[in-house]
Amino acid sequence: MAITREKVEELTAVARKVRRHIIDMTAEAGSGHPGGSLSCTDILVALYFHVMKVDPKDPDWPERDRLVLSKGHAAPALYAVLAEKGYFPVEELLTLRKIDSRLQGHPDMKKTPGVDMTTGSLGQGLSAANGMAIAAKLDGKDYRVYAVLGDGELQEGQVWEAAMAASHYKLDNLTAFVDHNGLQIDGPIAEVMSPEIIQDKFRAFGWNVIDVDGHDFEDIIRGIEEAVNTKGRPTVIVAKTVKGKGVPFMENQVDWHGKAPSRQQAEEALKALGE
Amino acid sequence: MPKIATREAYGEALAELGEEIKDIVVLDADLSKSTKTSVFAKKFPERFFNMGIAEQNLMGTAAGLATCGKIPFASTFAVFATGRAFEQIRNSICYPNLNVKIAASHAGITVGEDGATHQSIEDIAIMRSLPNMTIINPADAVEAKQAVRAAALHKGPVYLRLGRHPVETIFDEHYKFEPGKGVILRDGKDVALIATGIMVAEALKAAEILAKGGINAMVINIHTIKPIDKEIILQAAECGAIVTAEEHSIIGGLGSAVAEVLVEEKPVPMKRIGIRDVFGQSGKPEELLKAYGLTAEDIAEAARSLRR
Ligand SMILES: Cc1ncc(C[n+]2csc(CCOP(=O)(O)OP(=O)(O)O)c2C)c(N)n1
Ligand SMILES: [Mg+2]
Repeated sequence: MAITREKVEELTAVARKVRRHIIDMTAEAGSGHPGGSLSCTDILVALYFHVMKVDPKDPDWPERDRLVLSKGHAAPALYAVLAEKGYFPVEELLTLRKIDSRLQGHPDMKKTPGVDMTTGSLGQGLSAANGMAIAAKLDGKDYRVYAVLGDGELQEGQVWEAAMAASHYKLDNLTAFVDHNGLQIDGPIAEVMSPEIIQDKFRAFGWNVIDVDGHDFEDIIRGIEEAVNTKGRPTVIVAKTVKGKGVPFMENQVDWHGKAPSRQQAEEALKALGE
Repeated sequence: MPKIATREAYGEALAELGEEIKDIVVLDADLSKSTKTSVFAKKFPERFFNMGIAEQNLMGTAAGLATCGKIPFASTFAVFATGRAFEQIRNSICYPNLNVKIAASHAGITVGEDGATHQSIEDIAIMRSLPNMTIINPADAVEAKQAVRAAALHKGPVYLRLGRHPVETIFDEHYKFEPGKGVILRDGKDVALIATGIMVAEALKAAEILAKGGINAMVINIHTIKPIDKEIILQAAECGAIVTAEEHSIIGGLGSAVAEVLVEEKPVPMKRIGIRDVFGQSGKPEELLKAYGLTAEDIAEAARSLRR
């Protein structure tokens, strides 16, 4: 899985495109969640463009690796990654949140090719990922399951029910990411309701814990590699991220959680992201 | 006729089906001895998953299993299945229309001594409000057994409502369960008694009582509450008066479903027998049925009042 210089450059280029799409999509929709989409972009790009065994021509391929975007409000990031990967035309991205679009405000597995689980209600995704990982074990299949959670999302009790179950059932084919951007809607997670120390909590629940820089492809890949090689227990990768990453006026700004940029702000954002 | 609880039939049927349908997996939340999934667990330990006392994760995990082609049966008490995990059922199961079977035992007031916290009187109402959900409430063990198979074969979410308390067996081995189709158990022309679950036996007794007073009652078993069998309700409306009977709140259950059909298509006078918007209490099942007006005599009296 180790990653070459060239591959890092390729992923960096894809991530730039994905971030540009996120800005365009939310600006066009007039609503959506740019902050948390931008913070998990590099994680999703690393997974879909370097790690996961998937076939965009056959989205329901039974042997494929699965991804559950538990923080479903980051749908723009997932859609942009799927479109760049070839699941559906890039032009379709601009239909986000519009009537009759396949791209719903939150991921809908029955509408969008490549979406493995319907999410949007925080706290539910890890349970579904557990179910997929259990199914793989039952069927003796070697596909892997990835879940991406928000750090604020960790306040949901169901996450910890699922964390307990994943280690109880030794789901070493499951890797969860925590997009640790430190912010939720009402402010910093530390002020609203601290889920810290996240690493200690997962460790106490029996998980293997890895820290990575969520915007450094080499580091993300190193983390996933270690997760894949860890047997007998699930792994959580706590990815230190910046909410709004790549768009200076959005970075670390709680206001940009669930607000679309105006056309003018979008232009400024695109300029900052570069071609 | 022997009295058997529908949960017993569920346990047996599931263990039998497990042999035949290898995709069936069963999940429980520390109540497997009560829900009777323990029978399956003993026979197929590798396909049984105890999720502990964590109903939200129970439903979410079942959803994930269903995305991979499994047919999960998730069991716990009806109160916790539909109450604690409502939103998981809504967003992770019904919205994506996943093939999860929620087999909830200890429905209704005949849970008995455990009291109001454990007596599910609103589960049908809650489940009925969800698109894609099918609701089956069997009347006896024979019907329950066949309903388990029907649920497994149906593609999509099913809520199977099961009871703790032994109920009279109404059907014999020739009975054939058809999902979505009400069953006329007795013909009549003066009033129609439409019942579901354990109240079907009471409705049959009520018809006997009414017959003695010269009232000829039709009795219909509605095992599938959603989608409701409109045709049979309209046929019942020909009697000119309808009494519904359910071991559930009069709000949102069978009575509401029948009323909805009637007011839109063919309004006739009706009465609803059910729990009248109050919580239950501890007591013996028979005492509770009496205390909350869920007996054959209550059904008969409602029918008489409509004929006056
Ligand atoms: C169950 C539930 N409650 C509330 C919301 C509304 N909501 C959407 S995003 C969000 C904050 C999420 O914060 P975090 O998990 O840290 O996500 P990120 O910072 O990565 O965007 C909330 C409260 C929701 N989607 N689901
Ligand atoms: Mg956050």
